[in-house]
Amino acid sequence: MSSVTQKKGFGAHVWDYLTTVDHKKIAIMYLAAGTLFFAIAGFEALLMRIQLMFPESTFISAGLFNELLTMHGTTMLFLAATPIIFAFMNAIVPLQIGARDVAFPFLNSLGFWLFFIGAVFLHLSFFLGGAPDAGWTSYASLSLYSPGHGIDFYILGLQISGAGTLISGINFIVTIITMRAPGMTFMRMPLFTWTTLVSSSLILFAFPPLTGGLFLMLVDRMFGANFFDHTMGGNTIIWEHLFWIFGHPEVYILVLPAFGLFSEIIPVFARKRLFGYSSMVFATILIGFLGFMVWAHHMFTVGLGATANAIFAVATMAIAVPTGMKVFNWILTIWGGSIKVTVPMLYALGFIPSFVAGGVTGVMQATAPLDYQLHDSYFIVAHFHYVIVGGIVTALFGSAHFYWPIMFNRALNPKLGVLTFWIFFIGFHLTFFVQHFLGLMGMPRRVFTYMGGQGWDLFNFISSIGAIMMGIGVIILVIDVLLSIKSEPVNRRDYWGDGRSLEWAIETPLPFYNFKQTPLVRGFDPYWIEKEEGNKEGMVYAEPLGEIHMPNNSILPFIMSIGTMIAAFGALYSPWGDQVQAGTATGAPAVVSLALIIGGLGLTIACMIIRSFKDDLGFHVTVAEIESIEADLANYRATGKKGGNK
Amino acid sequence: MDINQKFTPQTWPKHPEQATLEGKNKLVGLWIFLASDTVLFASVFATYIALKDSGPAGMEFAARDLYELPLAFIMTMLLLTSSLTSVYAMYHMKNYNYSGVRTWMGITVLLGLGFLCLEIYEFYHYVHIGFGYTQSAFSSAFFTLVGMHGLHVVIGLVWITGLIIRNSSRGLNLYNAPKFFAASLYWHFIDVVWVFIFTVVYLMGVLG
Repeated sequence: MSSVTQKKGFGAHVWDYLTTVDHKKIAIMYLAAGTLFFAIAGFEALLMRIQLMFPESTFISAGLFNELLTMHGTTMLFLAATPIIFAFMNAIVPLQIGARDVAFPFLNSLGFWLFFIGAVFLHLSFFLGGAPDAGWTSYASLSLYSPGHGIDFYILGLQISGAGTLISGINFIVTIITMRAPGMTFMRMPLFTWTTLVSSSLILFAFPPLTGGLFLMLVDRMFGANFFDHTMGGNTIIWEHLFWIFGHPEVYILVLPAFGLFSEIIPVFARKRLFGYSSMVFATILIGFLGFMVWAHHMFTVGLGATANAIFAVATMAIAVPTGMKVFNWILTIWGGSIKVTVPMLYALGFIPSFVAGGVTGVMQATAPLDYQLHDSYFIVAHFHYVIVGGIVTALFGSAHFYWPIMFNRALNPKLGVLTFWIFFIGFHLTFFVQHFLGLMGMPRRVFTYMGGQGWDLFNFISSIGAIMMGIGVIILVIDVLLSIKSEPVNRRDYWGDGRSLEWAIETPLPFYNFKQTPLVRGFDPYWIEKEEGNKEGMVYAEPLGEIHMPNNSILPFIMSIGTMIAAFGALYSPWGDQVQAGTATGAPAVVSLALIIGGLGLTIACMIIRSFKDDLGFHVTVAEIESIEADLANYRATGKKGGNK
Repeated sequence: MDINQKFTPQTWPKHPEQATLEGKNKLVGLWIFLASDTVLFASVFATYIALKDSGPAGMEFAARDLYELPLAFIMTMLLLTSSLTSVYAMYHMKNYNYSGVRTWMGITVLLGLGFLCLEIYEFYHYVHIGFGYTQSAFSSAFFTLVGMHGLHVVIGLVWITGLIIRNSSRGLNLYNAPKFFAASLYWHFIDVVWVFIFTVVYLMGVLG
């Protein structure tokens, strides 16, 4: 194995990223892909807000508006928020538990490529006859009769990327269970690791209903099955149940890691141990559990009956209790601390009131009778954007500043960071605060235009101005990221000076094997303990310097993902599809469709068989190689020069 | 881990499938995957229960007349026995007896194949009498639920056959022991799901 600092050509770099199984590189790919889709979905939102800026605007058509709102929601949840959270999980969790990599590095790569290929497939719909247009929930009563291939792209794209998410979820659970360093007991794990564990467990139980539901929709639309077609005995409510059994936990899948990230940021900058650690862990688990008990609160108006509505209403309100515990714990962590208001801390301070506002409107909607008024109005839009932007996006932006030194050995500019924060934060509240009132005034969501003179004009205008401000904020953040490439490398451990957990105990840039020797964890906040005892080495170690066993790179995950994409095209152009037979969509001859399905899946299965038949035992890094790599890195940190060990 | 390390029944670890970190990861991962697969089956079971016997107006097929318990009973016995034989294979694996593993895993595959043939016959029979996949919501739900289990059986058969072929000449080591164990665990899962299918689809279909 050559040194990490060796110079390589561009092609070699591409090949390296296509085949890599290193959790740090996969994290960077997740971050880049997630940011790309975040930008696309944000652009879609801007188009919608420009259309709604003035009454009876003709900027975009009704059909395009439906496509934009569907793709905005779907992309933001599945293809932007999830991968960026996975980026931080991949980059940080193995370091926080003192592991060399995740439990299944091959599956980690496969999870990424399935997600990415599924996302690309979904976005190809824009060029191949129109995007999905039935909303991100894609209710069967609407989507079964949507002409063209849009919904088919939605089904197949989410099926592929959902498989990737599930694989990554299983991977994180196993990693956290089996790969913890000596002394890292469950009740010493940092909160971000805990929330990753709970959120991955939610993925584990929430994604199969989505997979099942999508499969039913797939065979319904493309192969003539009758699950949701009432004339053939089907029942469209089945889709709504399956979707929300997935859809509600999905919210917690995203927000729990965000809670975890803030639970890392706040103690560092309050320079105080996290208040109520064990109650934080308990609350996380409780939220995860209750998250599965509340899906029908999205269906209060479907007509499930008063008993069902009452049960789900009470269960929904119960979630406010553990969430409230968390909010008080954060406040009490800050209370009496020696606070440093850095950019990540600024996001944390902005997060608490914004998220509480979103939570309170959530409890309002949990009241089933009131929900009959609020349902499908802009109040709902305001609520979930307060939770998602106020809770998740602030966490992602804050953590980007927080963890940038570990991930890239560079720091983001604090001045630009503060500027981004204020523009984005003010824009966010301008956009969504007034939408509460629009909803109460009766403006329905998902409408492409409205008549003037109903008292909606001003608030819609303010909302659009806010959206443009959020866009400017994101552009400044992107400029900040681009500028950081040329900035001074960090080249040290503990960039913020007050790091508490293991990821800060390791000097950047990181060698590919992370810790030279597995660290010994002596308590909660292990790095803080070592610093208090004056340990200049960073950590004490659990083992002598020895050979390190690392996994081999592989191109197979990429090829397997391409195989699923080929098969997806086969299913998409199936000649048995409802819309193909109705003449609104193009189909391929049966032979072509079947050949693509069998060929694509065959390629994937062939890769699996190759993987199974070829022993992959990984490789060993010898002590001499480790010493040479460490010397190289030390030289780089001292002089800024790469190489020396070819 | 040295793949060429030679063992005797005396030096072979008591739990060879968990003797390495890779093996332990594999088993924890598979258990967790099975948990999520259970939820997938639960979703499809719920859909089947909701759509049982429902179809277009005047549909002539009802679960009560459609299913034949003797066939389902034979299929159940084949699959339950195949689970037992895979336990025998694991017993021999723990005793470092590779030919025992190979033989009993082979028998497991044969029994699984028998099950699969009967299932294909059953499906063919239903399609033949007009109860095709697109005939009604009931037929779609039936073929999806039972067919999904059948697909799991096919994957299990390919998996175990692949393991037997790949390791036919090299015997047991700490690299392939977890693989055999994982395949056997998966096979038990298929068996458990079938017990529920037999109860919910066939018994409750004929009784209710």
